[in-house]
Amino acid sequence: MWKDFLKNTIKAGKKLVMSDIRYIKGKEPHPRETRVIFKNVDREGWDPSIACYLKDGGYEMLKKGLKMKPDEVREEVKTAGLRGRGGAGFPAGVKWGFIPPNNEKPVYLICNADESEPGTFKDRYIMHQDPHQLIEGMVLSCYAVGAHLAYIYIREEFPEAAQILEKAIAEAHEKGFLGKDIQGTGFDLEIYVHRGAGAYICGEETGLIESLEGKRPYPRIKPPYFPAAMGLYLCPTIVNNVETLCHVKHIIEMGGAEWAKTGKPNNTGTRILCVSGDVKKPGYYEVQVGHVTMGELINDICGGLKDGRKLKAVIPGGSSAKVLRADEKFTIGKGDDAKEIDIWDIPMDFDTLAACGSMAGSGGVIVIDDSRSISWVLNNINAFYAHESCGQCTPCREGSLWMKKITDRLVLGKASPEDIDTLESVAYNIDGKTICAFGEACSWPTESFIAKFRDELTADTKSDLSGDIVNLESELAAAGLK
Amino acid sequence: MPLEVPSELEKSIDDRITHYPVSKRSAVLPVLHELQHHFGFINEDAVEWTAAKLELEPIKVLEVVTFYPGFRQSAPGKYHIRVCRTLSCAMAGSYELMESICEKAGIDRSGVTHHDPIAVSADGKYSIEFAECLASCGSGPVCLVNDDFHEEVKDVEGLLKKYN
Amino acid sequence: MSEDLLDVQIDGVWHQFPKGTRMIEACRQAGVEVPHYCYHPKLSSPGNCRMCLVQMGMPPRPMPGQDPAEPDEDGHLPISWMPRPVIACANTIGPNMGIRTTGELTESCREGVMEFLLANHPLDCPICDQAGECSLQEFSVEHGKGSSRFRERKVKKPKNVKVGPRIRLDDERCIMCSRCIRFMDEVADDPVLGFTDRGSHTVLTVHPGHELDNNYSLNTADICPVGALTSNDFRFQMRAWFMKETKTIDTNCGTGINITVSARQGEIYRITPRQNNDVNSDWMPDSHRLNYHWINSDIRLTEPLIKDGGRHRMAKYQEAIITTADKLRNFDHSEIAIIVSGRMTNEEMLMARLLKRTLNVKDIDIIPRRGESDNYLISEDRNPNTNGAKSVLGLKDPGASIDALKKDIANRKIKALILLQEDPLTDGAFSAEDLKPLEFLVTSYPLANPTADLADVVFPGACWAEKSGTMINVTGRLQKLNKAVDGPGQTMAPWEILRDLIQALGGGNGIYSSADIFNLLTKEISDFSGLKLEDIGDQGIPFLDTGVTLPLVEREKARIAKGEIVGV
Repeated sequence: MWKDFLKNTIKAGKKLVMSDIRYIKGKEPHPRETRVIFKNVDREGWDPSIACYLKDGGYEMLKKGLKMKPDEVREEVKTAGLRGRGGAGFPAGVKWGFIPPNNEKPVYLICNADESEPGTFKDRYIMHQDPHQLIEGMVLSCYAVGAHLAYIYIREEFPEAAQILEKAIAEAHEKGFLGKDIQGTGFDLEIYVHRGAGAYICGEETGLIESLEGKRPYPRIKPPYFPAAMGLYLCPTIVNNVETLCHVKHIIEMGGAEWAKTGKPNNTGTRILCVSGDVKKPGYYEVQVGHVTMGELINDICGGLKDGRKLKAVIPGGSSAKVLRADEKFTIGKGDDAKEIDIWDIPMDFDTLAACGSMAGSGGVIVIDDSRSISWVLNNINAFYAHESCGQCTPCREGSLWMKKITDRLVLGKASPEDIDTLESVAYNIDGKTICAFGEACSWPTESFIAKFRDELTADTKSDLSGDIVNLESELAAAGLK
Repeated sequence: MPLEVPSELEKSIDDRITHYPVSKRSAVLPVLHELQHHFGFINEDAVEWTAAKLELEPIKVLEVVTFYPGFRQSAPGKYHIRVCRTLSCAMAGSYELMESICEKAGIDRSGVTHHDPIAVSADGKYSIEFAECLASCGSGPVCLVNDDFHEEVKDVEGLLKKYN
Repeated sequence: MSEDLLDVQIDGVWHQFPKGTRMIEACRQAGVEVPHYCYHPKLSSPGNCRMCLVQMGMPPRPMPGQDPAEPDEDGHLPISWMPRPVIACANTIGPNMGIRTTGELTESCREGVMEFLLANHPLDCPICDQAGECSLQEFSVEHGKGSSRFRERKVKKPKNVKVGPRIRLDDERCIMCSRCIRFMDEVADDPVLGFTDRGSHTVLTVHPGHELDNNYSLNTADICPVGALTSNDFRFQMRAWFMKETKTIDTNCGTGINITVSARQGEIYRITPRQNNDVNSDWMPDSHRLNYHWINSDIRLTEPLIKDGGRHRMAKYQEAIITTADKLRNFDHSEIAIIVSGRMTNEEMLMARLLKRTLNVKDIDIIPRRGESDNYLISEDRNPNTNGAKSVLGLKDPGASIDALKKDIANRKIKALILLQEDPLTDGAFSAEDLKPLEFLVTSYPLANPTADLADVVFPGACWAEKSGTMINVTGRLQKLNKAVDGPGQTMAPWEILRDLIQALGGGNGIYSSADIFNLLTKEISDFSGLKLEDIGDQGIPFLDTGVTLPLVEREKARIAKGEIVGV
């Protein structure tokens, strides 16, 4: 497959083949990787300047795309089957198609660079090292959807990336890749960088839009506020993840049909898997979707588990993805094709991970070995969601902190077995009852941890505890958890 | 007391506001970022100034300021350290990193609360708080010192020495 | 129009509703109440409380190659129920939609949301003013668990916060429904409220150094579904369930805001706006609402007064009537004038018209009372029934003859004045000098007042809350005033005083109630002909075409037209 890809790349007339590229010593891609988006990440002699980018054939696809008709660009993206890399995995071309056909309002495009799903760290490197790839992808995408004003909503914790992007935008302007009448095509586009201020909820597209409107980032109810129809300033708005937008450049380069040959059907292209936790070589690895299994990812690419350790669990798609237990059996495929596999044999693609009861999410793979306390892991996750709940709607506002408080007690040995039942029921009372997907994001960890590790969680409870309300502040501090 | 905004800063703010041709209100975050960058934190005067600048009711600015932990409402130290608290970094030792920095920088975090998450060293040089996932989970534990990012932080003394 | 009606099944029964109807309103129209906190038909719908979650279903969508589902014998398609609940408040109905407000999914949602809402709530009902009219209490009884599994420390928040001169806030009771914020943003155009902090720590706040001092601030306490925002005026005064409620109208200005008067044992404790979408929507200004304390005050006139040797003495009502009639007989009809009040009802004005006829008096008018419109609900006409004066008294320009009357008094053409329900000395319409030349002055008024000091006979006149009748507001709407409490002592309604005076002057009339006078109105005044009192109802009826509109109501209509609010 790797060779096929190379062949296709050459066929598509790319100026460079991968073999021309050298990477910084110690940061070379793993042989199982297919570097498309991350082609220039950690590349020897590479810098984020436009000069470097242009020398490498940069902005050629912008020129090519702007010679096409917008609907042709849209069609290529649709044909490519590009699924969103931000978390939901929704096909980008389909999303673009939701702009009402008779629309007369301005259309906006927002690049979601709020990368904040725990376990995910890919967009950071694109923005730091290859900002022009993003800009080129954005120009093409804006052209396709008819947007003349676009924002990059970048999380506040990426101050350097924000500066790099602003510099890159200025450079692109200077070279006529942004602004009025781009490359003499008559297409106008301004891109501005908009910095967040530390809120996971701004990764939710309607929360992001509210934030960009200068309001508290309270997600909007859908219906009626589907962004493609009523987004920023109540105008049609397309929100796509950084990695997703970068792919558009490559789709134009290869053609949607060719691009779709990478990856797997309905799980096309490459994607960056971010591996963290208990492996020897955590990091980012761009692979064709579905071409590596969990086992290959952990054992081959990431160098395996730490010495003497056994796998306990994997959270495969960012911290809100449901946990997979190491000794679980998963049934994938339908009808005659159905087969039972274990965790090591799960191909890392959207559909299989969904079939396994979890999700590919944002590509953040968190590996947990047998040295970890499940209660501690769950508590850490619950603390994150309690901190990040925006507080707009009742179940999430009250439930996320409640779950955290129960697991606080759990890790301190102050929970009773009934607390596990309460915890589970609180999670189910949030799940599916909230305005936005944060409800699922914060309840799925608890639901899945209890479903799969009830014994271990219960082992941390004490049956003689009942009914006490405990003051945990000081005890949490004493336990170093505050 | 009205905030005294130097003309250069105001020019930069005015420029930011032009990025939002449809609605000035959209510039709330950028204006606050500029003010915090200059003054170190956002006080009531900065809220009032921003509201006046963007023709908003002050409460609409305060709503935003208090929502985001990225906006500090009290003065941080000269070097403000944000240690990632979330899962992968915690697995890589971020709680230990926090403890170590506090010990070596002379910061007492015992008074930290939800509403007052920042602890400042007695000499005012360092301040510290936990941040949620800084999106560098593969190289934990990580932290931000002012705008500088540090990964795989093991050598706390070396880190602090850079900010002296 | 039938193509705009959609078939919707609610709890197993099919109904038809206009396209665009919100699910929650369809349920309400079908007699099924869906519990809710954040939803308010006059405000935007944020969908944040999640109390109105229901199960929804639609006809199944055929898979490619599959035949669409067959309708049943009544033409209804089968319903494929969605596993996830939806909010009924912000979603509109669809063709052949099914809604389940009962059943396992809906009930578990409600139980879950109730438990969450109460988790960090202080449960201080015994000392909470909202008790008895609290949606949290009500829905907790109907849909809650009965016991709490919450064993954690509750989140601490500010309590007893003075957010404005008339409003107090308990943040621990707040359920963050945002109704008050939306009211101040969208209706009062004074966005001083907001949420600060986030997550479970979110607090409702007024900006430091600012106040919720808008003249419409108390509406936020009305729409607060819990005891978070309470009225300083009503706080700790009376339990909601002890009070008797009377539907009536406000008389502070020509808008005729529909109100509910809550009283116990003859004492008014609270006035709240009553919904009337053609008059005041659901709102009223604080200044109108709080203008009632004088009714219970000790400067009320309680007994008729007759001046003897320059001093007032208390008298029996009958004596005061006879004395007045006797005195009036001493004057030629051309020497008598009548001033009534624009605060009097149509019925009272008719009685004044009859008195005028009995005495064969030429001059009758009202004292105009004008101020500035606030561009919301306060009319520049501060008399509530100027249009009644036009219609019933036949005045083309009410108040226009007052200056001429003053001159007539000064040059002693007018020697006797019947001045009902006004205190022009305090209001500034007359000076003591203006009245001095009079040989006989009779007044009625609820309160002791300087004009009454000059009067030969003084009647304690019932105030607006102590009488029934009808008024015509500035838009020309005919509305009912209903008696909420009894006046003190020998207080009489002006129509009673007028009736008895006419009788004492020899004009028997067989009037026993304000309703009797209304019947007389339909005979005497052409505008009223053919009308029945019961036709007016609690909401009034369009009556005269004045061309006057109410700014707040017009803005609300525009928002309804744009689909921003439901408006019912």
